[in-house]
Amino acid sequence: MSNPRTLLDKIWDAHVVVAEAGCPAVLHIDLHLIHEVTSPQAFAELDRRAMGVRRPDLTLATMDHSTPTAPQGRMHPDSMRQLVRLEANCERHGIELHRSGDPGNGIVHVIAPERRRVRPGMTVVCGDSHTSTHGAFAALAFGIGTSEVAHVLAMQCLLQHKPQSMEVVFQGRPGPAVTAKDLALAMIGQITPQGGTGAVIEYRGECVEALGMEARMTLCNMSIEAGARAGLVAADKVTAAWFHHSGDFRHWRSDPGARFDRIAQVNVDGLAPQVTWGNQPGMVAAVDGRVPQPTDATEARALAYMGLRAGVALRDIAIGHVFIGSCTNARITDLRAAASLLRGRRVAPGVRVLVVPGSQAVKRQAEAEGLDRVFFDAGAQWRQPGCSMCIAMNGDVVPPGEFCVSTSNRNFEGRQGPGARTLLASPLTAAASAIAGRVADPRQFAPVMIEELPHAM
Amino acid sequence: MRCEAIVSRCVCMPAANIDTDQIIPARFLRGVDCHGLGEHLFDGLRRRRDGTPDPYFPLNRADARGARILVAGRNFGCGSSREHAVWALMDWGIRAVIAPTFADIFRANALKKGLLPVALAEADWIRLLQSAEASQPVRVDLNAETVHVAGHPAMAFAVDPFARRCLLEGMDELGYLLGHLSAIEAFEQGRP
Repeated sequence: MSNPRTLLDKIWDAHVVVAEAGCPAVLHIDLHLIHEVTSPQAFAELDRRAMGVRRPDLTLATMDHSTPTAPQGRMHPDSMRQLVRLEANCERHGIELHRSGDPGNGIVHVIAPERRRVRPGMTVVCGDSHTSTHGAFAALAFGIGTSEVAHVLAMQCLLQHKPQSMEVVFQGRPGPAVTAKDLALAMIGQITPQGGTGAVIEYRGECVEALGMEARMTLCNMSIEAGARAGLVAADKVTAAWFHHSGDFRHWRSDPGARFDRIAQVNVDGLAPQVTWGNQPGMVAAVDGRVPQPTDATEARALAYMGLRAGVALRDIAIGHVFIGSCTNARITDLRAAASLLRGRRVAPGVRVLVVPGSQAVKRQAEAEGLDRVFFDAGAQWRQPGCSMCIAMNGDVVPPGEFCVSTSNRNFEGRQGPGARTLLASPLTAAASAIAGRVADPRQFAPVMIEELPHAM
Repeated sequence: MRCEAIVSRCVCMPAANIDTDQIIPARFLRGVDCHGLGEHLFDGLRRRRDGTPDPYFPLNRADARGARILVAGRNFGCGSSREHAVWALMDWGIRAVIAPTFADIFRANALKKGLLPVALAEADWIRLLQSAEASQPVRVDLNAETVHVAGHPAMAFAVDPFARRCLLEGMDELGYLLGHLSAIEAFEQGRP
């Protein structure tokens, strides 16, 4: 009987091509996702070396970061050049590309799962840190830089040292209106933005098992915000149902008794919806809480940037913008959750609300369900798919000094535009805040338990 | 890309969690090559609201000119995987970043381009920061894996041995992968 192995061990072992002493392992990659921003220099490197793309069949391309989401959105000429370059590179190397406006287009981390390209036990990489999203499918998925994008294009392999394994166990039963986003924010608040550095986190606990696939994607998506290379959720019946698979992918989970290099326990019993108040996703508090006293220079600096004082109730923060979208929270369950609060209500006067579906498929589904009408009638803008206000390089920007409740993943200084002040939250909290015109507690509007949320988000 | 010993004054930005969005904001990621990003390095921090340079920002100070070493706080380079952060630092002239800890993807990107991520023990880092802030020159020696500053014993750091070999011997990672082509072909047999 072999030693019990973690899920990470199993995926790792199945993909090591060569492991020479004193060298990183040559790790084979099952799926390589590419987009316009981090790939042009990698293709140029191939050209310089007169190399081709080794496995175009294992490569999938989309346009998402710089594409406008407004109906008549104009593109920056340099961004247009990136799209043209991506198109030419994909055509030349025979890579499947979903152009802006095509029926299969969308955010890279939304379209790959919806096309069922990510499966348990796979290795997945992309020149984008939120590649961790795909760990929801018990796949080892991590972000890489452009030099590594070139390596994968050329060789379908990467040189990698095996990361540590880290078990994060969520304990207890979260309170009403708490979503996977709130679990993630609470976890980062506890383990800090570098608590997962050097490790792949496997999320465990009853409330993780209760999450649907899209909620698991949200949770794994935020792993990088805890510094982790990747996040993982074991494959189970929920995973199997996503693939209409008769089994339960039993192999792709950690063996009983498997030893993790690191362990963290996060108590989420009675957890309230979470909102960030600073410039790191770990600077977070309960929505009905207050801005805390800064404990170090970093937190003091964050409060200065945010224009907030310690002791201010989060619900007293007046907002000008709400963004519902991004690879974290732009799937159909996210939009249903936001619509469940906005239905029959109006966005507060003076608040700009962008609802940006994660893909054309999500957009079609939402429209088939009439969610676009719900958003429109509430006074929100219903946009074309893309990264939008999460990255703010596509025309969707928060003006300097203004607050935005955002379902995206980063509240870094300037992330949503120079001087923009980002408050990260779930789609439920974002929708509640849109109605109130200030940070708002979704529990005020409708008490929703996690397992009652549409498709257990 | 060979990496020799670096001797230089330092730019000091000891704040923790400087993310890659701060190093190079997304609006400067529209290029199709790696060049010219130095002028936008730390753009949001370097300029005041009206767009003029902030004279107090460390990079804008007269003594920062020509500095090749950045002393930064813990978890430097967290966030986005953009290799543009490394390109921007190098284009400005930085060749080594000294910090207590680095984010994983930034560290990997830096080593691939010959920007040396030097992780020092916290106590050493504090000592070094004090010297660097007093404008003392610092020497980073990859061969010996030590950092030197006048008046202190050498401070040790460790770089992944393979990456170190690549940097010192000018070895090429893609070339190394190519050397294993037959093993990769064999591995792919029988896989989808």
